[in-house]
Parts: sequence; C-alpha cells; structure tokens
Amino acid sequence: MSVLRPQDQLPGLNAATILLVGTDDALLQQLADAMLKEDCASTLKVHLAQSLPLPSNVNRPRIDLIVFVVNLHSKYSLQNVEESLHHVDATFFLGKVGFLATGAGQDNHCSIHRNTVLRLAHTYRSPLFFCDLEVEGFRATMAQRLVRMLQICAGHVPGVSALNLLSLMRSSENPFLEDV
Amino acid sequence: MLLDDITLIVEISLSALIYRILLMRLLELIPPSADQSRGQAFSLISYDLITSVPSKQPTIQIMDSYTAPESTPRQSASSRVKDYFIGATPLQKRLESARKLTSFVPTPSRRKIPQCSQLQEDAELQKVAFLLHKQWSLYSLTPLYKFSYTNLKEYSKLLSAFIAAEKQKGLAVEVGEDFNIKVIFSALLGMKGTQRDPEAFLVQILSKSQLPSENGEGKVLWTGWFCCIFGDSLLETVSEDFTCLPLFLANGAETNTAIIGTWFQKTFDCYFSPLAISAFNLSWMAAMWTACKMDRYMATTEFLWSVPCSPQSLDISYAIHPEDAKALWDSVHKTPGEVTQEEVDLFMDCLYSHFYRHFKIHLSATRLVRVSTSVASAHTDGKIKILCHKYLVGVLAYLTELAIFQIE
Repeated sequence: MSVLRPQDQLPGLNAATILLVGTDDALLQQLADAMLKEDCASTLKVHLAQSLPLPSNVNRPRIDLIVFVVNLHSKYSLQNVEESLHHVDATFFLGKVGFLATGAGQDNHCSIHRNTVLRLAHTYRSPLFFCDLEVEGFRATMAQRLVRMLQICAGHVPGVSALNLLSLMRSSENPFLEDV
Repeated sequence: MLLDDITLIVEISLSALIYRILLMRLLELIPPSADQSRGQAFSLISYDLITSVPSKQPTIQIMDSYTAPESTPRQSASSRVKDYFIGATPLQKRLESARKLTSFVPTPSRRKIPQCSQLQEDAELQKVAFLLHKQWSLYSLTPLYKFSYTNLKEYSKLLSAFIAAEKQKGLAVEVGEDFNIKVIFSALLGMKGTQRDPEAFLVQILSKSQLPSENGEGKVLWTGWFCCIFGDSLLETVSEDFTCLPLFLANGAETNTAIIGTWFQKTFDCYFSPLAISAFNLSWMAAMWTACKMDRYMATTEFLWSVPCSPQSLDISYAIHPEDAKALWDSVHKTPGEVTQEEVDLFMDCLYSHFYRHFKIHLSATRLVRVSTSVASAHTDGKIKILCHKYLVGVLAYLTELAIFQIE
C-alpha cells in the first residue's frame, strides 16, 4: 500500500515511532539525534524520509506521528512536502500530523512567505511549529515538544488522546484564521 | 567534490514551444485543492496609482534650491486629519495599524504593475538622470522629528561642521577654516507618488576645489536621498511633527554614510537600518519588472542564485533574452494591470523547471540573490541600480513598501 494509514498495524509494546519527512537530511538527522537524547518512558524510534511514498518492502513499525519539515529558504522543500501529503490517509490528520517550518530567523534567505505555510497547515487542520533547527537550543526544545506529542499520539499518556491534543492546540490560534 | 567558486553561466533562449510545454507540465503539478484554499484566503489591498504628474511643473534644482515650495508639508497635515474618523489621535491610528498587522494576511497578494510615468520633458529627464545607473545602498528610516524643509541651508552648515569635526578627530587641529568639503541639501521635486507624500530631498557632499580660479563646485563625493512614494500606511499613523521619509538611498563611501547617519539620528531622533531584500521579494521584483512594457531592452534579464553547499558556495547565473522573458510573462499573466502571487510563482516555476530539464538541478532549493532586468537590478544585500527613468517611481514605490514593512 502506498498510502500511510494510522491503524494499519498493531502497536508495538511500549514503542512510539515518529516519521520525519523533509528534504534537508542534515537538519532531520540533527533533530532525530536531539529527540533520541531525551529520556522518555517509552522506546522511541525515529524514521527519516526524503519524501513519501515510503518503500513498501521494508518491515516497519506502526507510525504514530508524522512531522513534515519545510525549510522556508527553499521552495523545493515546500513542493516536496505538498507532493508527499497526497500519500497520507485522511485519518492521519486527526492529530497525528504536524508541520515544522525552519529557517524563519533569517528573513533575507526566505523564499517562501510564512503565510504560505500557515495556509498549508490550516488546510490540513494540523499544528504548525516554527523552529530554527540550526540553533542548538531551539532544536533541543523542539525535540522535547515532539517527544511529548509523540507519547500522546502513541497513546502512552493516560487521559489524553491525539484528537484531544489537536483541539487543545487549535484553540490558542489566531481567531482570524477560522474565517479563511 | 571540491568547488572553487565556480560560476555556472547559462544562456538560454526560450522558444514559444517550450513555454507551452512548461506551462502544461506545471499546470498538472498544481493540485486543484490547494488553488481553491489559496483563492479564498486573499484579501485585496490595491494601490491607487496616480499616473498623472501634479499640474504644477516640478523643477528639480540640484544646487541651492532654498526657495523650496512652502506649500506642501504643513498645510496638507490639517486636511489629512479631516479625512479620517474624527478625534482619532495618532496613537489610536498606530494601534489600529498594529492590530491589522497581527491578523492573517499582512502582505498583499496583488500589486499593480508600475505604470510608465509621465516625465516627458527633457529638462526633467536630465535632472533625474543622476539617479539612474548608480548603485544605491538601501536603508529604512523611521520618521524624522521636527524636520523642516525651510531650514535646509542651516542643516547644510551644521552637517558640514559635523563632518569636518568627525574627520579631524584624532588628528592635529589645523589652524583656520580648512573645510575642503561642502554639504548641500536640496529638495527633489516630483519624487512622490501621491500628493500626500512628503517631498524627497537630497544630500550631497562635494569636495571644494582648492584653486579659487577653478569654476564649478568640485566632485561629488557622496550622494544620499530620502524619499517616500505611496507611503500611505505610514503617513496615516504618524503625528504632525514627524516627516515620514522611510526610504534612504546612499551612494558613496561607507564612512560618509555612517557619519551622516549619526548626525541625522542625533538631530532628528530617527533610526536607520539597512534594508535587505529577501528572496521572496526579489522574485516579486523580477516578475513586476519583466511585466513593464519597454520599447527597447538595454540589458539581458539575469538571475543569480547561491547554492548552499560546503565548503564553498556555488553561484548559478541564468541569463535570458529580455524579449523571451517578456513573452513568458505574457503567457503567464492573466489579469491586466495587476500581478498576483500565483503569477509570480508560476513565472519562477517555469524558469526553474526549464533549468531542471537541462541541468537536473533544482533551482527552487537554492537562494535567489540577484535579479537584473532592463528596468532595474537588485541584490539581496540591499543594493539597487535603476536603469530606466520611466519606471523610477514604480520601483521606488515597491522599495518604500518594503522599508515601511521593516519599520513597522
């Protein structure tokens, strides 16, 4: 199957898997390392991919959270993410997908306007994070947030589900966005 | 793979057949759902371009024009206030504009194509000619407090004294007045978009000739000018003591720019900051300038990209024949008189995909650094060179918008 579905497989025991999709390999690798350094009760697995669809011949665990990384300096990464989004099933977007925009700190290098990414995240009703992955401190904070989110999406936190988290995060957004 | 500053120069002439192929391939790629969501989100902010020059014949006097027109800044201020809701103080207007900015769409998705301005007289063309073909460094400037166009002579004297004092700092004091430089402030008439824009003015540093027998004022060492074109959004929110001239262009030695900047900051309580142009804005400029109608193309349309790779960055330069670029733009362009975000994206995507077909390099993953057309040429560090006098006001209007955006 070329389309990713959230409930395709049975969950592993105490395992949580995140899939990072993006064109900048180096940044993804650094983020993955930062996430693995976090101490967490469940076993973390981080998968990296340039684009979807993923090759089907590999045996992989159930994916609990997908984060699409867009680099604001390169339009190519946005086009890549937009194409990959077609290979994700609609039920994934109930709290198990997030967007991460990096590179907003250096405004002169940006070829994509922030609003483009905001609109993309709004169309897919998923949370959007802005984080400069090249800065060590921001990367570590982002890794912490992603690990917490991953634990919730994998169901390891009692009382909170992915859909709960999504509706909680959405209420703090700009009310003007709802009109669009 | 070691790359020592390789510049890859490509000259491609696009034929009409290739455009059609490119467009068809691109239209397949754009998913229809994304289009609709984008379409709903746009809010129109359109500029009213006033194409006719004000009826009084503007004369641009470069030297000693202290008979500056007394009409403009003071009287128009009172009529300006009447246009808006009664009783709004500048502070309230400022809060209103700050609130607008935090809402969803701060940048316009459509802009008017710069119109050909009507500076037809040769005399005016000559006087504006010194602004063309020079490389200007861009700065954005906050509004000047208590600046008056009638005191230009005084300002010249004060600034000359300041510059002389700065230059003599650390050197032995020389006996007698030996200032061999002279500073001249003059008003640049006609450099405005609407009637409400404040007058542009020019500052020049000239070297005085040593020999009394020599005629003339000597060489121009440094030129700087302040202007505001269609600065409505800033003019609304500022009180009457302030003069808004958000765009500052400087040509000459960096040290002089720094000294003059310090003097202005001390005297008028303003703040200069260098205006960098992002790759996003450069692609807008490329599209808008290619859209301008020109009789004769003086320069090829050229783009320069910088590829981020280690150890040294690679520069890719892509030159297109200007008529081909115009033909490509015409096939992309739909709404007459306006440029939309989608058209800009499609124009750039055509160029990227054409390049990819030939060289298998994704230009969209690189950073646009320089755009050069027959109208003007801009570099991301904030350097601009204007080549065509007809679209001077149009180019400055966009730069003013960027400067205002940086100030706010």
